[in-house]
Amino acid sequence: MNQPSTAPCMQHPQEELLRSERIPHIWCSGCGIGTVFSCVLAAIRKTGLPLDDVAMVSGIGCTGRMAGYIKVDSYHTTHGRAIPFATGLKLARPQGAVLVASGDGDLIAIGGNHFIHAARRNIDMTVICVNNLNYGMTGGQQAPSTPFGAKTTTSPTGSPEEPFDFCQLAAACGAVYVSRWTSIHIRRLTESLTRAILKPGFSFVEVLAACPTAFGRRNRMRAALDMIKFFHERSVIKNNIDPREAPLDFEGPLLVGDFIDRDRPTFSDNYALVHSGQLGEWPDLERQKHTSGQ
Amino acid sequence: MASKAVLTGTHFMNGDEACAEGALAAGCRFFAGYPITPATEVAERMSRRLPQVGGMYIQMEDEIASMAALLGASWGGKKAMTSTSGPGFSLMMENLGLGIITETPCVVCNVQRGGPSTGLPTLVGQADMMQARWGSHGHYEIIALCPSSPQEMFDFTIRAFNLSERFRLPVLVMADEVVGHMNERVLIPEEGAIEVVERKRPTCAPGQFLPYRPEADGVAPMACFGDGYRIHVTGLTHGENGYPAMEDRAQERMVNSLVNKIKMNRDAIISYETEYLDDAEVVLVAYGISVRSARRALRMGRDRGLRLGLVKLNTVWPFPEEFIRGLAGRVRALIMPEINLGQMVLELERCAGGRCPVRLVGHAGGSIIRPGVILSAVEDIRKEAV
Ligand SMILES: Cc1ncc(C[n+]2csc(CCOP(=O)(O)OP(=O)(O)O)c2C)c(N)n1
Ligand code: SF4
Ligand SMILES: [Mg+2]
Repeated sequence: MNQPSTAPCMQHPQEELLRSERIPHIWCSGCGIGTVFSCVLAAIRKTGLPLDDVAMVSGIGCTGRMAGYIKVDSYHTTHGRAIPFATGLKLARPQGAVLVASGDGDLIAIGGNHFIHAARRNIDMTVICVNNLNYGMTGGQQAPSTPFGAKTTTSPTGSPEEPFDFCQLAAACGAVYVSRWTSIHIRRLTESLTRAILKPGFSFVEVLAACPTAFGRRNRMRAALDMIKFFHERSVIKNNIDPREAPLDFEGPLLVGDFIDRDRPTFSDNYALVHSGQLGEWPDLERQKHTSGQ
Repeated sequence: MASKAVLTGTHFMNGDEACAEGALAAGCRFFAGYPITPATEVAERMSRRLPQVGGMYIQMEDEIASMAALLGASWGGKKAMTSTSGPGFSLMMENLGLGIITETPCVVCNVQRGGPSTGLPTLVGQADMMQARWGSHGHYEIIALCPSSPQEMFDFTIRAFNLSERFRLPVLVMADEVVGHMNERVLIPEEGAIEVVERKRPTCAPGQFLPYRPEADGVAPMACFGDGYRIHVTGLTHGENGYPAMEDRAQERMVNSLVNKIKMNRDAIISYETEYLDDAEVVLVAYGISVRSARRALRMGRDRGLRLGLVKLNTVWPFPEEFIRGLAGRVRALIMPEINLGQMVLELERCAGGRCPVRLVGHAGGSIIRPGVILSAVEDIRKEAV
């Protein structure tokens, strides 16, 4: 063609997956969500799935805004309810890949009940949690992820509560894929996400990320780089270990890695099985005979 | 041959079961719910029937999740419903609002029992009528139908689906415990004789599609997951392109559009039936199970020479404002029997606008309104209104 082509550097590498007309985005400079978002886009590309068959569902929060910038069918629902919405979406259109993007509060505080049940049912979806240790969007309140003693606007002298360990929770509830990374583990996170998206069943990827605006500045990590440095200095990769051996600990080594990758029939597999008329009578189901491919 | 989804024939079933059959006949293929008396039979029947017709039933962890799953399934291209009663209806209010702002078709059946709170789980009430109208926060319009028999549980559930698909919003079937649990004859027509409406889908190229631009009928076509339009759907105030728009002008446009699509189509939505209005002096205006009490009172009254009439409200929201206004100018009084201490009667009073006296015959719940009590109210008002 005669026309000079657009300089490659002027285009975002994930242009095809971005609603560019919505940029600039709302995230603060130094916020970890943007990095995670890029990894999600890269992972979707790596799966090779047709983009019309990928959907993102989110709840409310800074993390939840991912759904507004990704150019696939995307649903920005109510606070905490992304998972049940995604459950309906997935069951109604099983051929589509469904991703859920959630903040720690969205997913585990208000949405905690939905999280444990979707993992138990093994609904085929990929849940990505940006854990920034607090409620970013509402200005930095205490969350179920806030470390004991950390300061937030609603725990000004330090949080009196013990936090949840999300990976242990996901594993205990039956998730088939569980990993934890930080926003500095770009390559490994992208690989994990790719596997998680392609994995049938409930996959969970937790990403520790900086929220300098709301959390960092109350906890001696005022600059965006402070948390990144912290992740860099403390994180230790341990793959294929039981999440119970990798408790999220900010005082010692910060254990990250691909913890769990196992197979279990999904809700849809089991739904088909129970309606096939081939299942025995409980408690003598003889299930192994009938589950194919496991 | 009729498909198994439509059980053509004459049946003897309760209202909850008829509701489930109506949903299947309307094309419902997804049900998410949580057990609650007196609505459980709807879920039970759906759990058995949906797999037979290639649909899916899922029992969620609560009614918040049920309502969220309905919306997801609807965007996944399926017709979806849930059933519940007071406590669950309260939990659904959050995502009912999401359904309204995102313009998502689905059906919620509330088999009303006595409240507040856990109230009277096994006994009748009609006290969620204002919650149906205003229960979720913000300003919006809603459609609610009130069946008065198992047959109407079947018919009105079909209509609820058709209205929800046509106008793109959650539609409420406001039933009650007596209608839900009573067994009566239900006639299910041939499949071909049942009108079934499907949502409009976009036909333009993806780049040209504005997911929230209404067409002449006030309703925008709906692009579902996988249709290739790759749209964004948000519970935030949004523009016609579906993107968040945090300003008063966008709010004005969006809320008006949600309200207008119902207001401009109200003649197509509102449904009522009248009995003996020609010579009526006093008119009973009733909905749901209270129609049956009112009809009995009307017959008893007519036998005694009282010139009574009946208005049976098939839809309660939107309220038939203009019709009531006209009626109030022609009769001596309006009486509304309802199983609460005054809800829809407020609307009746507002629409009558002082043209005639309006009276409530109500109680707090637990039983139907006795026809004799309605008749005494008629006698009283006739004395007053001379
Ligand atoms: C029912 C309800 N309660 C409260 C809120 C207010 N709210 C919005 S976002 C949020 C917390 C977000 O925190 P998190 O999920 O961790 O996301 P982040 O912003 O940190 O990414 C809260 C409490 C809401 N939107 N809805
Ligand atoms: S408040 Fe925190 S989480 Fe939200 S955009 Fe700013 S830095 Fe990110
Ligand atoms: Mg957070």
